[in-house]
Amino acid sequence: MLRMLAARLGQMVFVLFGISVLVFGVFFATPGADPTARIAGRGASPEVMARVRSAYGFDRPLPVQYARMMEKLFVSRDLTSFVDHGAPVVPEVMAAAPVTLSLVLWASLFWVVFSLAIGIVSAVLRDSWVDRFFMGIGLLGLSMPVFWLGEVVNLVTQSRFHDTWLFSWVPPLGYVPFSESPLGWARALLLPALTLSVAFIGLYARVLRAELLAAMGEDAIRTARAKGAGPARVWLWHGLRLSWLSYVSLFGMDFAQLVGGGALLTEVVFALPGVGRLTYQGLNTLDLPLIMATVMYAAVFVVLANAVIDGVYALLDPRIAEGRHGR
Amino acid sequence: MRDGPWSRVWHGLGQRRGAMAALGLLGLIVAASLAAPFYAAWVGVDPFVSNVAGTTLRHGQVVDLMQPNDNPLHLGLTPLGPDWRIGEAYGLGSDAQGRDVAARVLYGGRNSLLISAAAAILCMMTATAIGLCAGYFGGWVDIVLSRMLDVLWAIPVYLLAISLSIVTVGHGLRLGPVTIGADNLLIPVIIIALVYIPYAARPLRARALSLSRAEFVMVSRGLGASHWRILTREILPNLADTLVVLAPLLMALCLLAESSLSFLSLGVQAPAASWGTIIQDGEGLLYTRPAVAILPGLMIVATVLSLNVLGDALRDTLDPKRRGRS
Amino acid sequence: MDAETLLSIEDLRLALPDGRVLLDGVSLSLARGEALGVVGESGSGKSLTAMTVMGLLPDVRSSGAVRFRARDLLMQDARAWRRLRGKEIAMIFQDPMTAFLPVRRVGAQIDEQIRLHEKLSRREARARTVRLLGEMGVPDPAAAAERFPHQLSGGLRQRAMIAMALSCAPALLIADEPTTALDVTVQAQILVLLTRLRETGAGLMLITHDMGVVAQACTHVAVLYAGVVVERGPVRAVLDAPLHPYTRALLAAMPPLDGPRPAHLPAIAGQPPAPDARPPGCVFAPRCPQVRPDCAIRPPVVRMGEQEVVCVLYAS
Repeated sequence: MLRMLAARLGQMVFVLFGISVLVFGVFFATPGADPTARIAGRGASPEVMARVRSAYGFDRPLPVQYARMMEKLFVSRDLTSFVDHGAPVVPEVMAAAPVTLSLVLWASLFWVVFSLAIGIVSAVLRDSWVDRFFMGIGLLGLSMPVFWLGEVVNLVTQSRFHDTWLFSWVPPLGYVPFSESPLGWARALLLPALTLSVAFIGLYARVLRAELLAAMGEDAIRTARAKGAGPARVWLWHGLRLSWLSYVSLFGMDFAQLVGGGALLTEVVFALPGVGRLTYQGLNTLDLPLIMATVMYAAVFVVLANAVIDGVYALLDPRIAEGRHGR
Repeated sequence: MRDGPWSRVWHGLGQRRGAMAALGLLGLIVAASLAAPFYAAWVGVDPFVSNVAGTTLRHGQVVDLMQPNDNPLHLGLTPLGPDWRIGEAYGLGSDAQGRDVAARVLYGGRNSLLISAAAAILCMMTATAIGLCAGYFGGWVDIVLSRMLDVLWAIPVYLLAISLSIVTVGHGLRLGPVTIGADNLLIPVIIIALVYIPYAARPLRARALSLSRAEFVMVSRGLGASHWRILTREILPNLADTLVVLAPLLMALCLLAESSLSFLSLGVQAPAASWGTIIQDGEGLLYTRPAVAILPGLMIVATVLSLNVLGDALRDTLDPKRRGRS
Repeated sequence: MDAETLLSIEDLRLALPDGRVLLDGVSLSLARGEALGVVGESGSGKSLTAMTVMGLLPDVRSSGAVRFRARDLLMQDARAWRRLRGKEIAMIFQDPMTAFLPVRRVGAQIDEQIRLHEKLSRREARARTVRLLGEMGVPDPAAAAERFPHQLSGGLRQRAMIAMALSCAPALLIADEPTTALDVTVQAQILVLLTRLRETGAGLMLITHDMGVVAQACTHVAVLYAGVVVERGPVRAVLDAPLHPYTRALLAAMPPLDGPRPAHLPAIAGQPPAPDARPPGCVFAPRCPQVRPDCAIRPPVVRMGEQEVVCVLYAS
């Protein structure tokens, strides 16, 4: 058990290191994309270029640059933005994180509730018109670009039907902190979270239905029926118990990716000042340290979430805890 | 069923009405996009030139492309709205720069489809090479390749794509002697292909791994076949099923990624269009001329939905055991 | 039927919705305290017969009658089935590894069955679970109940499975190849356990492909071939004087229970027919060494002493 934990930890450190090298490389060592030119602007004179280069340390060898960048990101945490000279980046990311977390929490609540309901109903009524209808809707949800769906939602709720009883409660775009007004917070997040969750509802309902149907063919389910268990108990207790492993791991991955900035497009469309929108603003000003910090933050979050999923897995399936069941 | 996988695919798809409808819709979208220059010439518009001072004929009358705003204050100008006559100039209205929306949507389709198809193919080729090596050779080759995929996978797909785009946008990419211009479509193709490699490589690796332990591979190895021969003659042909199923699903993902990048102004660069850039153009007109942003989105939904339906049908056809599994 | 009879199946026929015939005339009967061995090759329909008695077959058309304590099982609704399953008729499956839910503790799974049928507290249910596990010869039953299925050996798993089947004191126990997945030494122990069970007055229906198992553990036997019961009767009578050529072939292919194993055992030539390619006459005719022209017509059931046989050789 301890050895497994140590091996897992080693792997995590390796992946984190790999990510930091990759991200650093993308931003500061992409062939043809000289960060100096990026900061100095197009057509800058050689003197300006040289000044920028030495000021940011781009004249040093890459490993030294890498070490300095990581030190600024994780140790001293005083990495400053290229654009707003002197504004530290790390606190900015930390301030944006609660917004993203709120959005993703709401969205995940919606997608878990709806996908569980739809997935179970579709599996129980498999090949009926209800099943086909739900799976068709699910596929449609999967096929919609989230930023476009967000614009359609805005069009309907902010403009075309805003003055009807149905959408008159919809607040203007933006975010309200929970500490300021819990009700305002919920209202501001409801539609963005629903929009974000649509694709996930479709995906998760389909995955759950498939896994449930596969589980229903297993011997253990036949045993449950032979014991005299009723259909509700067989599906919900035994069937879900067998089939939710892949659902849970998928959920962990997606949740982590979204909190890590995967919700960028939703945040942009609904003007929510989260980590994703911070990245987007960095894009417009070509603020490389800011973007690097957010991407790094995202990756670290995903790696940590993966470790948590592994732990949850071991709780859900005792065979994995003993390493008998390589997944 | 009879002989090769292709006849099985055709046979299976032919029996599925949904798949045939998807194939038809997809064919229609591709044909319409390919016909973009003919359409533009036919109705007589240039969708790449700003034309804010221009006029057009509507119901036999000359009208300005930029109309006085219909909001209560009459501030600013609003582009001409759609009258839904396709085949006439500005039948779907004009965008903020006085360009024909219908022609731009068709031209945008060319780029969106081209980029997503090319990215899907490039991604599958790379992923197949990685998956084959990792699955077949195993050992440290597998460990190194799999860890590299883990690293790539840990960064949210869109963030990675955005990061790669931001460093190449405006400056292009220099790979040794080769320089790819900043407005070259190859840049989004390479970026999108790269970020989806882990997605495609994992199932291919798993398949290659199980195949390389299969009896017929053991036999070839026992007969002294070279690694190259086993990989290309024994294992690769057996990956065909996985690849055929993967192709439309991957292209759907690539299309969504492309439109997202273009929406963030990081994909296709102006004045060229893609469905994503048109939605971006239409964002400012959302409440006054929603058609500009909504129409290209509908095209994306139709295309991605068709690809997903097709992918599902292919999976059901090629792997009847997994019928209905997603 | 007499009062002692627990289960009687009369001329049971099953067909798939597309018309393929799975069972084509199965008649069995089982009295209290008896053990009926249902023998046949895979595909002969022996597991289907068991699943019909449990009501676990979806989407099949059935005709004939399955009577359990004078109740026609084929006529009852889902609710009645649920009260019956696990309480009055219980089943033991071939592979206890897959039959248990892998992600829950063995004890919890046995408790569940008890609490499904009787109003007991968790504590009372667990007490019965531990007692049953102990009676089945599981060492340290309280600790074993806290284990997950994969943490027990194959033999212990099957003992736990039997404990679960017996947890509500069923009148009929159906065991589907209960020893096939086990080591030879463990097989014998499990068979002893199953024979002891008859002393409580319950009936046992033992599905197997192994005549040896029947000889060890059963009082009666029914030989199934291609969906038809070709011969049935008391075990002693059938073993001493097998009537149907198929039964004879089966017995000849069985190694002797004691004494040296012969150099080679005679095998039956050919394969049993697929469900959609069964001959209209005697189902065994294509492989039968004593085949005659009149085998082309389905032979009637003939009573010979305590035995019943379906073969033209005995038709008068």
